[in-house]
Amino acid sequence: MRSSARTVTIFVVLAALAAVPPVAALLGQPFYLDLFRRIMIFAIAALSLNLILGYGGMVSFGHAAYLGIGGYAVGILAHHGIHDGFLQFGVAIVASAAIALVIGAISIRTSGVYFIMITLAFTQMLFYLGISLDEYGGDDGMRLAAHTRFAGLLDLRDPTPFYYFVLVILAGLLYLVHRLVGSRFGIVLRATKSNEARTRAIGFSPYLYKLAAFVIAGAMCGVAGALFVNQTAYLTPAFMSWTRSGEIMFMVILGGMATLIGPVLGAAALLLLEDLLQSWTEHWQIILGPVLVLVVLFAKRGLAGLLPGGRRHE
Amino acid sequence: MSEQAPLLHVDSLSKAFGALRATDQVTLEVRAGETHAIIGPNGAGKTTLIGQLAGNLQPDSGHIRFAGEDITRLAPPARSRKGLARSFQITSVYRDFTALDNVALAVQAHSGSSFRFWRPARRDRTLREPARTILDEVGLGGRADVLAANLAHGEQRQLEIAMVLATRPRLMLLDEPMAGMGTDESQRIVRFLGSLKGRHTMILVEHDMDAVFALADRISVLVYGRIVATGTPAEIRANPEVRSAYLGEDES
Repeated sequence: MRSSARTVTIFVVLAALAAVPPVAALLGQPFYLDLFRRIMIFAIAALSLNLILGYGGMVSFGHAAYLGIGGYAVGILAHHGIHDGFLQFGVAIVASAAIALVIGAISIRTSGVYFIMITLAFTQMLFYLGISLDEYGGDDGMRLAAHTRFAGLLDLRDPTPFYYFVLVILAGLLYLVHRLVGSRFGIVLRATKSNEARTRAIGFSPYLYKLAAFVIAGAMCGVAGALFVNQTAYLTPAFMSWTRSGEIMFMVILGGMATLIGPVLGAAALLLLEDLLQSWTEHWQIILGPVLVLVVLFAKRGLAGLLPGGRRHE
Repeated sequence: MSEQAPLLHVDSLSKAFGALRATDQVTLEVRAGETHAIIGPNGAGKTTLIGQLAGNLQPDSGHIRFAGEDITRLAPPARSRKGLARSFQITSVYRDFTALDNVALAVQAHSGSSFRFWRPARRDRTLREPARTILDEVGLGGRADVLAANLAHGEQRQLEIAMVLATRPRLMLLDEPMAGMGTDESQRIVRFLGSLKGRHTMILVEHDMDAVFALADRISVLVYGRIVATGTPAEIRANPEVRSAYLGEDES
């Protein structure tokens, strides 16, 4: 029963997102297309973080690294005249997975606050690496030479097709995470979060399961990065700043950890609130801060916990 | 002792915490099929010994051989895969999983690779059916779909044992399975463990002397980290050293 309510919620959210382009066109507000595409891209990033944070209990405070790697993969290839989407996204995914493998292999040997600090430290290293890449704009960043093209299918320069492309990827990744967390692999991951000593005692070595989840999450967030650079049409090391890692983490917590729809709701809530408050005052963060504190205090399961059937993925 | 090699052979195991010799030259044999109880007053080092047998603690010296193989340096997951399963003195179950999920996961740990990313594990009959059978066996069949956090304390203790059984162990390490249970509940567990006798090899660490004397084939008495006596319940009852060190107060 709960599971079907949850499914309905997800389809309602996806249907609402699908309705944004015609509604925005009707209202003569193309800006909403841009805003909601941005929301969906961050939803993908948050969804990937939720896999390791919400389901795996790994508090990675460096998830923006993969946003950066995905973005740089596309930006650098475009800079050298390679605009093919299959190649760009392929490189973004493989590079993000490879970096996640290295960072994860080291970080997962630690836990608690050390894990938080080491993931942050790796991302800071990548951030400064980005600054040092003078050929690709260094500190200032650089314009994306051209948007990604999927020959004969799609050019991400076109706002509406780009919007639906992001929506399809979001829907696909939601389904992927749904399957993952219910599979044998996912159950071991969640069990390890719940009680690692017991998981070891019944015969699992959690390290490889955590590492695999870390790599999958990195690859997914790399896709978000590849999309994000097409969204901003500009590449800067700020993709990987630690505040951005914090924002993604906040979306997960705000939306509801270890829920499927939570990261989508969290991304939408945070970005919409930001947008709304920005239109009122330039000191919008003074208002945003307390609002977020209240949500965390009074909606312990996040926004997803307030919806019918939106409780934990059991 | 017996002609055949023991299933578990602990040889001169020692572990010190600073000046405290928590395990002091412990030598112990557990034969296949027997129920071997380890008793001792509080602070005798039972928990430390169990920790070393399960692999959570590393001994300073000595060896542990299991089924003819030296496992002294193996981590807990590897010991579990070799058939050495433990229960915890303080209930350690997955509180946000159902009873059936808990047991199914223990089955899963011993049935092929878990690097399977797509098919729903909760609809996998090769995991669910054995788990159900084991829940029925320990008397939790009617509580399969209850979250472990919502089970009564005694039921959680039963679930601990169910998870041990689900790993199809060759040796069960039961760390105070009756801890915190009422009289009725603990009698039920004693009857249940009694029904496992002979089919399973068990090491039973327990405070409840009635349970120990009802279940054990042999008893080892641990005092200040040393084994002061090993023998049948009758021998242990008659042993003057044990009586003075341990049983003196409540057995006369």
